[in-house]
Formats: sequence, C-alpha cells, structure tokens
Amino acid sequence: MRINGEKIVKYSLMLVAFSALASLLLIAVFILKEGVPFMFKVGLRDFLLSSDWNPQAGKFGIYPMIVASLYVTFGAMLIGAPLGVAGAIFLTEFVPTPVMRVIKPTIELLAGIPSVVFGFLGVMVLAPMIRSTMGGPGLSVLAAAVILGIMVLPTVISISTDAIAAVPNSYREGALALGATRWQSVHMVIIKAARSGIIASIILAMGRALGETMAVIMVAGNTVKIPQALTDPVRTLTANIALEMANATGLAREALFATGVVLFVVIMILNAIALSAIKSRVRKK
Amino acid sequence: MRVPPKITQVIAVTILGTATLLTVVILVFIIGFVLSKGLPGVNAEFLLSAPKDMGRAGGIFTTLVGTVLLPLVAVIIALPLGVGTAVYLSEYTRETQLTRALRFGTDCLAGIPSIIFGLFGFIFFVVMLKMGWCLLSGGLTLAIMVLPTIIRTSEEAILAVPKSYREVSFSLGATRWETVLKVVLPNALPGIVTGVMLAIGRSIGETAAVIFTAGSSLRMPSSMFDSVRTMSVHFYILACEGISDEKAYATAAVLIISVLLVNLAAYGMMHRFISRRSK
Repeated sequence: MRINGEKIVKYSLMLVAFSALASLLLIAVFILKEGVPFMFKVGLRDFLLSSDWNPQAGKFGIYPMIVASLYVTFGAMLIGAPLGVAGAIFLTEFVPTPVMRVIKPTIELLAGIPSVVFGFLGVMVLAPMIRSTMGGPGLSVLAAAVILGIMVLPTVISISTDAIAAVPNSYREGALALGATRWQSVHMVIIKAARSGIIASIILAMGRALGETMAVIMVAGNTVKIPQALTDPVRTLTANIALEMANATGLAREALFATGVVLFVVIMILNAIALSAIKSRVRKK
Repeated sequence: MRVPPKITQVIAVTILGTATLLTVVILVFIIGFVLSKGLPGVNAEFLLSAPKDMGRAGGIFTTLVGTVLLPLVAVIIALPLGVGTAVYLSEYTRETQLTRALRFGTDCLAGIPSIIFGLFGFIFFVVMLKMGWCLLSGGLTLAIMVLPTIIRTSEEAILAVPKSYREVSFSLGATRWETVLKVVLPNALPGIVTGVMLAIGRSIGETAAVIFTAGSSLRMPSSMFDSVRTMSVHFYILACEGISDEKAYATAAVLIISVLLVNLAAYGMMHRFISRRSK
C-alpha cells in the first residue's frame, strides 16, 4: 500500500512540475491565436511596415512603434550597459569585499522600486529638465531612454558582478605574477573570461527595457510618429498595447494582440540568446 | 608615446569609480526624492481612511487592502505549484530531456514582460472564463508571473540541504515523501520564504499586469470576484490623470517603503539561511 502512495505523490508532483511550462505555452497559444490571424488579415506588410496607425479607420501600421521601441531600448542600453558593467567591474575588482557586500545588495534592493515610481520621477524631474535645456515637450525618446537606462542598472550590475566574481582567482594571480597592473589584469584577462556573463546581463537588460510598459507610457509622450530628434515624443510597442487596451474591441483589440506577438517573439529570442550565453559559460567551467 | 601602465590604471579606476558612484547616487536620489516629497503627507489618517473624490482627498485604505490581498492570493496559488515543481526537479528525477524542458519553460516565463501577462490574463481569465476584473483574475495572473521566482529560490534552498540529512532519514526507514516532508522542506524553509517575499515584493510593485486583470475599483472588495485597486495602480492613476500630485507622492512613499521592507526581509531571511548553512 505504501509503495502506491509514493507513486501517487511522484506522479502528482510531476504534474505540478509542468505548471510553469504549461503556463508559458498557454500564454504563447493565446497571444498567437488572437494575434497571428489578424496579421494575415491585414497583411504583414501593412501591419509591420506601414506608418499609418488609425484603428477607427481600419489602419493598423505599427512601424513607428517598432522604430520607437528600438530607439528607446538601444538608448537605454547606451546608458545602462556601460554604467552597469563599469559598476560591476569596480565593485568586484577594486573595492574591498566588505564594501561590495553592502553596495551590491543595496543596488539589488533598488531593483524592487516599482516601475511607476521611475516613470513618475521621469515626469516630475527629467522631462522638465529636458524641456528647459533642449526644447521640445520634454516627454521624449531621450527621457524614456534615460529612465529605462537607470531601471536596468540593477540587472546589469547584479548579473555581471556574478560573472566577474566567478572568474577563478588563479587567472588574476597569473596575470599579476606576469607583472600586469590590476587594471591590465582586469581588461586583458578577467573581462575576457567573464565575457559571456556580461553579454548575457546586457541582453537580459535589453529584454527588460523592451518589455517595460508603465514607466515608458509616463515619460515617452506616446505620439505615434517616427521620431526625428531625441526630443521627439514616441509611442513604443508596449505603450501601444497598454494605452489602447481599455477601449479596444473587435479588430482593434486583435491588432493589440498582434503587437503583443511581435513583442513576445523578439523578447523570446533575446532571452534564448542570453540563456545560451549563460549556459555556455557554465559548461566551459 | 606610450602611457605608463600605472597611469592608465589610475585613469581607468577613476572612471570606473565615478560610474559606480553615479549609479549609487542616482538610485539613492530617487528614493530620497520620493520619500522627502511624500512622507509629509503620510500619517495614520492617510493610511486608514478610504480615498474620496477619485483620490483627490482622503487616504489610501482600500488600495492598501488591495495591495495586501492581491499578492496574498497570488502567493497562495503559486506557492504549492512552485515548491512542488522544485521538489520534483530536485528530489524525484535526474537531469533528463524533460527536466531540461521544464527548466527552460521556467526561464522563459521569467523573461516575459508584464504587459504580456496583463494581455493574457485579460483575454483568458477576464474575458474567456468570464471572471471579469477581480481579485481572482489578478491573483491568478500574478501567480503565473511570480512562479519562476518561487521555483528557483525553492530549488536552490532544497539543493542546499545536505545529502547526509536525507541519507539518515532513508536509513531510518522513511520513504522519499516522508523525507521530503519531514526533513528536506523544514530545512529549506527559510530559503522558500525568501522566494515568497521576493514574489510578494514584485507583486506589490506590479502595475501593467494588474490593471488589466484586477481592475481599478476603489470600493472595498467583499469577495474574490470583486475588483480591487492596488497602491501601484492607484499611484499610476493619480499621477497619470493629474488627479493630485500631493497624494501621488504620499502614495509613492508608502509604496516604496512597503516594497523595500518586503525585499529587505527577504534578504535578511536569505542571509540567516546562508549563515546557518555554513555553520
């Protein structure tokens, strides 16, 4: 009898273990089911490459949103990646361990600041600053990129620090024994050894920036237009979904799911690249 | 002319140090700014009275209730699923194609942006299952969102329990399940609680996935099928619709403090767990 009980436990646990994968598939199926037929109804070209977004008139071109998402995400990376990686290198290589043990958790704690708070600060502090110094409405590509760049800092720092700290000490000692300065050992040996982890942190941060919604809605200005300047307002893919969700019905709602499909696919690809970069590092060791 | 390595080093370290300092200053500024603007508006009356006139006056009591209930529902749903998954992966199976697929699913789920969760929760729970905007729809959506966090931290905690504990239990004649229940899980508990705290922290701060699934009603919920508004959603609406900057700052201050306290508790828990392990 006892053996049977164990079997029941084993198989129920196995069933439970499918929950995450099943949820992922359920989400994928629903978003695709709602979005993909729409893409073919409107035509891929008119959906992805047209700049005409006017759901009331049956025009569903998301090209400006794609461009906006790319600009904002790359802008965020230009700010977040160098700052974050520099921070990670400094904290692991040039700061005594006890100090790092205080600063790293503090930075990770800040990953918990809700995105709406970042957005609000963008509106209250950053946007007026941009408006008065560079002109334009303030709510802009630049504002969104800066806020997202700050928001991804904890992700970049936390994962890069782990990657750099995982480089064996013998590498450092070897470089120093050959007469290299600390900085030479860092940029010639350690960064190379930790490269895949650092790249993974940047790609994961990119996925986060691309998928961020509330902060971007608040600071990007949300005008459907291909931006000509850093100070132009834009609407990203995520903002498009969130802004129109509340009152969209029928075809317009399908269009939002199709926007979701584009986002979903791009982020899945980014995550797959980041995950395989992390995995290959683990295998190399 | 070649710059001497010593000088390059000084330049490099200065740049790196400045970048790090900048990061810390920015993050501290954000918290400091919100707290200094918001805290003067926070008092017992603000916390304990219901919002009036769309939030222009009164306090945040009903949103505070929503902020407690919604993560609670999410965790109650996600905890058994997450811990069950972790137990299965670490105690009941070897590394196979199947476990690799299950881990891959978990990793991918962790990378999905919250707006996609919102979109899915809306079409699946709210529209298709006809549950409407309610506590349960929001809780289920958040449960899926925090599932990877709970699975990962639980698995790490379970793997950190020494093998000898299990061997002793088996040698005393306990079955695998008895061992899991009476030896492994009690020893992994602090780690699992850390995961739960992190999940609660993330749920409290979430807006995009909540606003489309739990709605934004300011009334006090009386059942799982009532719409609730969390503090993050309330703050978003106050800020975005320009209802009241003063109330928005005060709400943001309470929001940040809650999230930081929950995360701090999580880290404290983890620290205790690690130091006990290494004894």
